[in-house]
Amino acid sequence: MANEGSILTAADLAGNGAGDDPDVHGKFGIFGGRYVPEALIPALDEVAATYEKAKNDAEFLREFDHLLRTYAGRPTTLTDVPRFSEQAGGARVILKREDLTHTGAHKINNVLGQVLLTKRLGKKRVIAETGAGQHGVATATAAALLGLECVIYMGAVDCERQALNVARMKLLGATVVPVSNGSRTLKDAINEAFRDWVTNVDTTHYLFGTVAGPHPFPEIVRDFARIIGVEARRQMLELTGKLPDAVCAAVGGGSNAIGIFHAFIGDHDVQLHGYEAAGHGLESGEHALTLTAGSVGVLHGSRTYVLQDDEGQTIESHSISAGLDYPGVGPEHAWLKDSGRATYHGVTDDQAMAAFSLLARTEGIIPAIESSHALAGALELGRELGPEATILVNLSGRGDKDMGTAMKYFNL
Amino acid sequence: MTTLQTVFAKAKADNRAALVGYLPAGFPSKGGDVAAAAALVEAGCDVIEIGLPYSDPLMDGPTIQDAVHRSLTNGTRIADVLRTVEGVAATGAATLVMTYWNPIDKYGADRFARDLANAGGVGTITPDLTPEESEPWRAASAAAGIDTVFLVAPSSTEPRIKAVVDCCTGFVYAASLMGVTGARETVNVAAEGLVQRTKAHTDLPVCVGLGVGTGAQAAEVAAYADGVIVGSAFIRRILDAPDEAAGRESIGVLARDMARGVRR
Repeated sequence: MANEGSILTAADLAGNGAGDDPDVHGKFGIFGGRYVPEALIPALDEVAATYEKAKNDAEFLREFDHLLRTYAGRPTTLTDVPRFSEQAGGARVILKREDLTHTGAHKINNVLGQVLLTKRLGKKRVIAETGAGQHGVATATAAALLGLECVIYMGAVDCERQALNVARMKLLGATVVPVSNGSRTLKDAINEAFRDWVTNVDTTHYLFGTVAGPHPFPEIVRDFARIIGVEARRQMLELTGKLPDAVCAAVGGGSNAIGIFHAFIGDHDVQLHGYEAAGHGLESGEHALTLTAGSVGVLHGSRTYVLQDDEGQTIESHSISAGLDYPGVGPEHAWLKDSGRATYHGVTDDQAMAAFSLLARTEGIIPAIESSHALAGALELGRELGPEATILVNLSGRGDKDMGTAMKYFNL
Repeated sequence: MTTLQTVFAKAKADNRAALVGYLPAGFPSKGGDVAAAAALVEAGCDVIEIGLPYSDPLMDGPTIQDAVHRSLTNGTRIADVLRTVEGVAATGAATLVMTYWNPIDKYGADRFARDLANAGGVGTITPDLTPEESEPWRAASAAAGIDTVFLVAPSSTEPRIKAVVDCCTGFVYAASLMGVTGARETVNVAAEGLVQRTKAHTDLPVCVGLGVGTGAQAAEVAAYADGVIVGSAFIRRILDAPDEAAGRESIGVLARDMARGVRR
């Protein structure tokens, strides 16, 4: 959306052609691909073909653009946070306010794109996994809007720590299925959603919520989230007259991070920093440091970095934030890490909660705990880069859903 | 060592389908796995698939998930799986490993193929390894002299079936239905059509798995397939048995019923 009133273009979705699209097998270098039961291959091919057509179809782009503006509330604004910035070594921190979108997080962008795709696939039922509940809420919302049947798989542990979002999904007419096997968190919800999909693939679209999973999901979800960075890049030029020195985002599966990074990949002077959940710290073994401390393997249909033991068994992750509590990560992040284009760091539960509280008290904005990992990262990066630096942070969601966790953590 | 080729040649000579049984390694216990598999072989299973327990078995239904979870909780490692293969191969059955791809990937494809062959294993079934990603594994398996079995599904298009069977040696695994593992009331009618479509592209034996749980179903499938694969139905009986001996007794009864089924 380059100007008021303009419509999304295929280029807004498809990227800048700087060699940053996966190959025909969905490979980003050695990462990505498809490691799934053969039964799902035709469905993945169908999704890929339908998306390929849609992204070059003016009518699809017009519909998507319309929903983003009139339903999701795009474009989202940038906000200067000078009082918060004082704690960041005086660097100028600017927030991209995805927390202000309808449903309260960036997840709505991908979901609106994919429900339009569902319509084109001729399917009447959507399923989705959710960790923090934000993707589930966004999916339930869009399903209500388009009259689709909606089933959300959510780990039993996450259902408990995000009870408010469970209630929202139910209110929106979705069926929420608590998943009680394995670690009872996001990874197990994804397993269960795949089992549903392989059984009901004729009627059902798996509305994947992050840039992980088998091809074409990493590409499709990225393209639908890409609007975040497309807008932010233009807005930074308008607001500051230049590009930021660094872009910061939290990384679980990696959709909000790819969403804001992607439009800046060709801008080689702009540093890209992703922040994973370090939980109780690397040494504790209770963390979600997939890129920082994991190794290359296959999880959920894709070759990427994985938290796994020496025999390839997935290790359960930990984070105070349900949305980052995932032992895998999108293959494009694995590629950005290995190519050196982006840098990934860990932020502990305590560091994230300190940043959560700081933004609330200095700026009157309560961020999602997920996004608070990026805020904590920006505080440290600002001190490193100094007062001349400008740092763009993706405030990927709002913290309303996290009040239960915050009440416990801060004894409120 | 009994190979898949000798098993299917013999079954064909007897004018019957082969019976293939699946059990995860380390289930119902370390050591109890070989005893359970031996009970299946004694009752008439020609081929045994030993499951390599994996933390994220996304194409398995609740029964196999449960068994695999128990095995992992018991601390089953790849060395244990290989010991199980060795024990089962000694019974005279052709013994395969069925595994998701990541454990092999992490262990090292060449190393796994070599160690499996040394344990007396004759090949692998890898349900989440697609033809596009299979080249390193096929090369490692060929070098070690073991077979590679991949899956076709009712949703597979003709070009996909061709791509999959071109990667297979030993036999082709036809998934009878769109869904996860587990016994069903009836065997999906799509299975017969899938076997016919698959046979148009290959001379390899085609075995049908997913949803087979009774002797009558085994007979029905044996009428059009070269092999009948049974897993969850055996595991269910072991899970429901009061102890391991009773479990072995129970799966022996079912396997004998199935063995009669494939000979009808």
